[in-house]
Order: sequence, then structure tokens, then C-alpha cells
Amino acid sequence: MSSKLADRIAAAKAEGRAALIAYLPVGYPTVEGSIAAMVAAVEGGADIVEVGVPYSDPGMDGPVIQQAVDVAVRAGVGMRDALRAVEAVAAAGAVPVVMSYWNPIERYGVERFAGDLAAAGGAGAITPDLIPDEAGAWLAAAERADLDRVFLVAPSSTDARLVSTTAACRGFVYAASTMGVTGTRATVSDAAEKLVARTRAAAPDLAVCVGLGVSNGDQAAEVAAFADGVIVGSAFVRCVLDAEDEAAGAAATRRLAGELAAGVRRHESAPA
Amino acid sequence: MTTTSPPQPGADLQPARPSWPDATGHFGIFGGRFVPEALIAALDQLTEAYEAMRTDPAFLEEFARLQRDYTGRPSPITEVPKFARHAGGARVLLKREDLNHTGSHKINNVLGQALLTKRIGKTRVIAETGAGQHGVATATAAALMGLSCTVYMGEEDTRRQALNVARMRLLGAEVIPVTTGSRTLKDAINEAFRDWVTNVETTNYVFGTVAGPHPFPEMVRDFQRVIGDEARAQVLEREGRLPDAVLACVGGGSNAIGIFTAFVPDEGVRLIGLEAGGDGLETGRHAATITGGTPGVLHGARSYLLQDDNGQTIESHSISAGLDYPGVGPEHSYLHDIGRAEYRAITDAEAMEAFALLCRTEGIIPAIESAHALAGALKVGEELGPDALLLVNLSGRGDKDVETASRWFGLGDREDVDPGPGLDTEQQPTEGAVAAGDAVAGQEAGETA
Ligand SMILES: Cc1ncc(COP(=O)(O)O)c(C=O)c1O
Repeated sequence: MSSKLADRIAAAKAEGRAALIAYLPVGYPTVEGSIAAMVAAVEGGADIVEVGVPYSDPGMDGPVIQQAVDVAVRAGVGMRDALRAVEAVAAAGAVPVVMSYWNPIERYGVERFAGDLAAAGGAGAITPDLIPDEAGAWLAAAERADLDRVFLVAPSSTDARLVSTTAACRGFVYAASTMGVTGTRATVSDAAEKLVARTRAAAPDLAVCVGLGVSNGDQAAEVAAFADGVIVGSAFVRCVLDAEDEAAGAAATRRLAGELAAGVRRHESAPA
Repeated sequence: MTTTSPPQPGADLQPARPSWPDATGHFGIFGGRFVPEALIAALDQLTEAYEAMRTDPAFLEEFARLQRDYTGRPSPITEVPKFARHAGGARVLLKREDLNHTGSHKINNVLGQALLTKRIGKTRVIAETGAGQHGVATATAAALMGLSCTVYMGEEDTRRQALNVARMRLLGAEVIPVTTGSRTLKDAINEAFRDWVTNVETTNYVFGTVAGPHPFPEMVRDFQRVIGDEARAQVLEREGRLPDAVLACVGGGSNAIGIFTAFVPDEGVRLIGLEAGGDGLETGRHAATITGGTPGVLHGARSYLLQDDNGQTIESHSISAGLDYPGVGPEHSYLHDIGRAEYRAITDAEAMEAFALLCRTEGIIPAIESAHALAGALKVGEELGPDALLLVNLSGRGDKDVETASRWFGLGDREDVDPGPGLDTEQQPTEGAVAAGDAVAGQEAGETA
């Protein structure tokens, strides 16, 4: 009964810094290429990797992630490939967590997913379009398989929902910092810090990680000053999208992870 | 199943409602809310405002006034005896939603949601549209009520429903062609949700059918049930009896739920939804979600959908833009599973045959969506025989489909084709369309004899 995600975030905290969490979708440009990029992110300094399961209707994602995921969907990439990526990330020394819209998990079978994910060494799952209100089957399966479940909170969440959503989380809670879809943004919105403070008030013992819009070391440092973890997605996907080949994509991913890892360490405080 | 007392003739939102959905929008295992947390506050706000508005006399009066003076309700019932001769001699009554302002049932729902938008103080509406009818209706209501309006429409649909794109722009709406995925309705919905989550402070999403997250399936049903409330009273008044079957096409399912709801407690009345069978179920190129799909989650609710083994939505195919959708409203999934309604697939060819038949026998050009319901009536009439009384929802008119139909029948500006008086069906890939031409010709011969 211990949370792989919470443990890793606590370890970062013990070093006086926030954790770095990298998102990459499985299957872009290929399954092997995406796994190489995930491993490169780990080598560059990512503590946790969100293994993205491709989905045909990614309603929360902006154009960058849509573009990569569309290729993976058309290639027929699915949960089995994601579980392979989970194993590779674990072997590389980071904590893998699946990031999936709900239908691919429901289609795979909730129980089967939980069992196979635990067997692959995954920490749990982030479910961007599943709210705890609808998550009965997943919560039960995750409990049985001792997996983390990460739900989202948003600037529009009421205080009551911050309480009920964080109560259903294990591992961390994902604070979606802006109202909008995934994508890089020039500045980190001030809504992020406010949301983190409200979320901490609702759940003092749960780690709060911030996503949506962070793309460089400066922004990572800025977010690391008030959050337990910094989540970066579109900027990593950009590295792979813009690369000439898989090796170049992995190299760019490693470089970006290095810059972000330095960012989350910039204001290292006394170990907690 | 749970029954409710019979709806009152005439419509407001008060008549006894089905006991579903539950307070959180579930129809049995279907429905619910599968959306990002960021949208929950807006959905809660909509739900609360709608619950308050639903029983507010001032709103009900305003809604009834708009339906009467602006839409032109009640819509009439038209018996179509010459068409019915091809339906095994059953009698066929059409509920004429095609005569509504803007040309389809979509206006019923939009007026309700536009009033709700004003009530919650938002100034901008967004909508998705397939055939363009919901987009046109939303643009119309926005113009009427002084709201700014953006409509998302798959690029493929902007091409096949170009007339409606022009109408929306004339009405002052911004039309954004969607170029992702299959470039049809499903992708337009994805884009509309992305817009909503970004601009939810000022913007209300006027959803066009009985799908999506709670409260849309329930709210849109309540706004559309006027169709069946009126029709049930009209049929009772003219026939002194209820119909044997009520038929409607099913895309997302709003016109079907609209006409079904009043009849749900009448257990002797068969409720039949006609889905788009495209090239035929066996080809995999169709949009028959309940007939050919499996339960899953899409666009915010659990319902039947077309999906592969990985849970990816399969692109749908239909000649009808308004039915070309791989999902369906959760209440239909529920009515199917409890056995209260039945769902069948109608191919493109069968729908176009019925389309031609209604044009030539009755002087009514139906929407291609509605032609699926007409084709269903031809079959069900054959099954039930001469004494049967069928009520068909004619959900819209076919002005928007003239180009598609001309191409299908080989009419239009091809110089080697004589466009009249008979339909040229020689070019058709299917026997069905040829049979339509023959049937019509035979019909005409019969008339003059
Ligand atoms: C005339 C007409 N009928 C039916 C439909 C299908 O929608 P629904 O199933 O929600 O009634 C449309 C959608 O565009 C339409 O324009």
C-alpha cells in the first residue's frame, strides 16, 4: 500500500525541489521511437513519465498533441503498446504513470487494465475526462491492484469539488493551470498559483502538480516555486514532431528534460 | 419499465417526464458526465439554471410565445396516401417539422437553450453542426436574441451542405470549418468542446442533440418533446386512436426522442428509430450506432458507439450529414436495452429511394435525414399491413440537400441528362434507387389512368 508517485515526489521534495513530470504519447513517430523519447526524457532528468495512450477524440488537447496522437491512432497503437512503454520507463529508472482518456481503458477492461498496469510496473493512471463521480469501477480496481489514481482540478473547480476530487486521488492531484486545452504558452498564468493554494487548503497532505502550458526552464522554475511537481507535455511532443528522425527526436527530448530538470532545481530550498 | 401518466396535449415542459435520467444524468448505465473537470462548473451552472427555468411561468410563457409566433408551432400533421401505397397500404401520417422556421426540428431546442444562455448572463454561443440545420437554428436564435455566435462544422460537411454555410453567415454567425479527424460532426463536437473549455466564462455551448454530458440529453429532450406532445394529441383528435408505430431517424437522436417521449408510456405503440446504414452494415461503412456498435464513452457520455478494439472511435459514413455520427444519445441506448424502442438501419440507397418517392408522390422534398424515417415506414408498413397507422417524424426539409440528391440521381447540369419529368436513375450503383424510379413511374401511370 504505498504510492509510487507520492514516494517519488517526496524524494524530490527531500532534495528541496519539485518533481519533473514528462508527458509523451505512445506511438509517435512509432512505438519504438516514442519509447526511445521517453527513455531520453528520463536520462535528461524526468522523475515521472506520463505514458500517453492514443485516443481518436482528444477533447482536452491542443494541436501539437492532436497531431502526434492522430498518427499513433491511425497506426493502430493501443493499450498493449502503452504497457510496453510503461515497462521501458520503469526499467530506465523513472516512475511511469499512464495518461489516458477513459474510453481506451473501458474498452480494454477496467480490471484487466489495472492488473496489467500493475504487472508492468506502472504507478497508476491519470484520467483527464474521468471525474471521481463516474470513477467507481476504476477506483475499486485501482484499490485492489494498489495503483495510484490521479484526477484533475481546474481554476473553475468549486471548493467543494476540490475537497471531493482530492479525496479520490492517490499519488498526486493534477492542477490544470489554465482554462483551456494543452499547448505551450508564453507565460504561466497566475491562476496556477492560486489554484495550487486552494487545492492545498482542501488537501494538505496530497502532492499538487501543475500542468498546461509549461515549456521551458524559466517557467519550470517559476512553477516549481509553488507546486510539488511540474508537468510538461506539448513542449516534449514538439521536440519529437520537429525532429528529422527518431535519434534527433530523442536527443532534443533529452536536452529539454535537462533544461527543465535544471529549472525545477533553480530555487533549491533547504531539504524538507 | 416505469410508466408515466399520459402527456397533456399542447406543449410546455411540464407534462409528466419519464423517470429517467437520475439526478446525475444516468439512463441506467448510460449517460453521465465524462468531461474534463474544467467544464464541471459550467455544466452544474447549466443544470441548476435549467432546473429553475423549467418550471418558471415567465420562461414557459416566453418559450411558448416564440414557438407559436416565431417557429410557427404547432406543426401540422399531413397524411400522405400516395406515398403510403408503397408502404404495404398502411396509412402514413407525417409530423411536419420541416415547416418550422429554419426548416427543421432543431429550432425547438435552440430557442430553449438561447433563452437559458441569456438567463445565465452569457453573451456568446457556440454550436457544432453536421447538416448545418442546428448551426442555422443557433445562428437564427443568436441573431434574434443579440448573442454572438460561432459554429463548428466539419470541412467535409461545409462542402456537402454549402447552402447552410451561406445561411449561417448571412445570419451573422462565424462558421469555422474543422479539418481534424474525419472532418465531420464528431470532430466539430471536439472543436466546440475545446472552444468551450477555453472561453467558458462568456460562452455557452448550445448542443444540438440529445447526446453529450448531463444535462444536455435531458434538457434537449425536454425542449424537443413538444413534437410528440403535439403529435399524440393531433393523432388522437383526427383518428380517435394512437398510431401503431412512431418512426424517426436517429443521428444523435433529438428528433426521435422529441417524438417518442410522449408515447413512451403507451406500451402498445411501437417506437422505431432509423439509423444511417450508409453502404450497408456488412460493409462497415455506416453510421448505425446502436444496430452496429457497442457501449463505450464518447463526447461526455456513455452510450453505444462505433469503436474498434482499442476504444478508438470509428469514422462513420452516411449520405446524410446530419446522421453521419458514430455516437448516439444515451436515452436511446437505454430505450434499446430495456426493449422500449427498436432501432434499424436504412442504407443510403433505401433512404434516397424514399426521398424520391415522397418528392414525386406528395410534392414534399424531405431532408435526407428524414428520408431514412420514410424508408423505415415503407418497410414497417409492409410488415404491419393495410390497417396499420404509422406516424413519421419529417424532421426537416430537403432544400439543403438538393445538390446531393441531384448528384445521386444524376440530375443537375449534366448536358446529356434530361432532368425531367422522370428521375434518371440509370447511373445508380444500387437496385434500390432504380426501383424508386420505377415505383414513381408506375405511380404516375396509375394516377393518369
Ligand atoms: C433534418 C434533420 N433531421 C435529423 C437530424 C439528426 O439529428 P437528431 O438525430 O438529433 O434529430 C438532423 C441533424 O442535422 C437534421 O438536420
